[in-house]
Amino acid sequence: MIKVEQLTKCYGQVKAVDSIDFEVAKGEIVGFLGPNGAGKSTTMKILAGFLPPTSGRAEVAGRDVFCESLRARENIGYLPENVPLYPDMRVHEYLRYRAALKGVPGRRMNERVGDVLDLCGLNDVQKTIIGRLSKGYRQRVGLADAMVHEPDLLILDEPTIGLDPNQIRLVRDLIRNLKRHHTILLSTHILSEVEMLCSRVIIINKGRIEALDSPQNLRARLGVAGHIFLEARVPEPQAAAAGIRRVVGVGSVSVRADGAWTIFTIQANPGADPREALYEHAVASKWPVREISRSAVSLEQVFAEVTHSEDN
Amino acid sequence: MRRFLTLLGRELGSAFHQPLAYVVLFFFLLITGFNFHAGVSLLNKSASSTTMVEAFFNTVYFWFAFLLVFPLVTMRVFAEEAKLGTIETLMTAPVRDGQVVFAKYFGALFFYLILWVPSLLYFFAFQGITAMSAAGAAGSYLGAYSMLILIGMLYTAVGCLASALTDNQIVAAVIAFAGILALFFLGLLSMFLPATGPFVREVICYFSPIQHMMDFSRGIFDTRPVVFYLSSTALILFITFHVFKYRRWKS
Repeated sequence: MIKVEQLTKCYGQVKAVDSIDFEVAKGEIVGFLGPNGAGKSTTMKILAGFLPPTSGRAEVAGRDVFCESLRARENIGYLPENVPLYPDMRVHEYLRYRAALKGVPGRRMNERVGDVLDLCGLNDVQKTIIGRLSKGYRQRVGLADAMVHEPDLLILDEPTIGLDPNQIRLVRDLIRNLKRHHTILLSTHILSEVEMLCSRVIIINKGRIEALDSPQNLRARLGVAGHIFLEARVPEPQAAAAGIRRVVGVGSVSVRADGAWTIFTIQANPGADPREALYEHAVASKWPVREISRSAVSLEQVFAEVTHSEDN
Repeated sequence: MRRFLTLLGRELGSAFHQPLAYVVLFFFLLITGFNFHAGVSLLNKSASSTTMVEAFFNTVYFWFAFLLVFPLVTMRVFAEEAKLGTIETLMTAPVRDGQVVFAKYFGALFFYLILWVPSLLYFFAFQGITAMSAAGAAGSYLGAYSMLILIGMLYTAVGCLASALTDNQIVAAVIAFAGILALFFLGLLSMFLPATGPFVREVICYFSPIQHMMDFSRGIFDTRPVVFYLSSTALILFITFHVFKYRRWKS
């Protein structure tokens, strides 16, 4: 659906996007992740046909976004970062205008506008002037606009920024429902959002792609192992810690007391999962165990690792 | 074509959706009404061969309102989209740059033309009340109103160009006003340059909207100003189109 080759965009001397390559297949939800100024929005603007690339090429649905811009744009629904809308129009007026502009034929107009009003929960405000809408509704009007012509590809630039937690959940549910019919490229700072929604993640920093994989693979590949917590009642914590260190797969152990209980924070070796061995060890040592758990590696850690190493 | 009409509809809608439109309409009517009154008084005072149409379109009040109205009508067309950021949603829809520029231009031109519709009523009223003809002949109306359209086309294009140059509506209005005044005073240059020879004066006369309006409102139809206004409008629109493209690509 999207094919990007050696794409570069310079603003004067600054390289905002530096020869990136990636592909997105039909039906995927791909998350675009990166710190501010990493080049996410620029890449999306180029894909949407708003900015021309300095060099390299990008294709959407087999059409070059620069040479066959009109044909490519017909297949794209784009939600810009700050959701620009005409404040003087009413919601349904705006959507009809946008639908006509994007080539929805007159006979399907009512059906399409009605559909997106339903889908985005805008029926209550369809006669409201856009200038009077709250941020959450404006965001949904932007989304409705992006989908009104049934594009194959949706490009959503930070669709949940500035929303309250309830609205974020609504927008997320909406995006999740959309994946049946659309390919989606979305950018965000919110890492949990990517983990919830995306089948693949592109981490971009300083205009370069740092990582491109599924969230699960990213965690595994980067070798960031999680901590394991073991809470047990042991007679002598330090001796017990020395015993745990000898268990296969265990890297380092730190000890903390919690009343009669001792909490061991165990760093596992990369790729290893010593939880079972730890259980056996505890049983063999006849320790009453209160909890054994592993903290999942969040994408947050992966992200910090990937984008931070570049700074040093 | 359908996209162009959709864009044009939006332009006209947005022009009438804001209070500025009605403020401009109100004051424009006020000034033209006063201008008409001044024309009637002039005809009452002295017996002369001028007709009502001539008296209406060749006063300082007329030119004052005329020059002032273009920056107000055109300042928002591109600058507002750039400021709101809606240029991004607009240009990522499958529309051509040319369609957008033309729709904005014709939208502004249409609004300008609407401003002149009430003036037709004045002449009907004049004829109804005085039972005299307001113009020497029908050609006088035709000439005066086609000159209004021709000069309007050029000045609207200048206003659109100014609006495409900046994100700020006030700056756009000032640039448009300066450009329109420069074009207008080009025709009056001979007054300020008494030392120039008859050739220069004659050349300058070709650019003088006052001269054009004087001729046309008498019903004298001359193709030279027609060619001048149409070709300069095309040139300014061509520049506007490229400025619009350039500013987006540069951003």
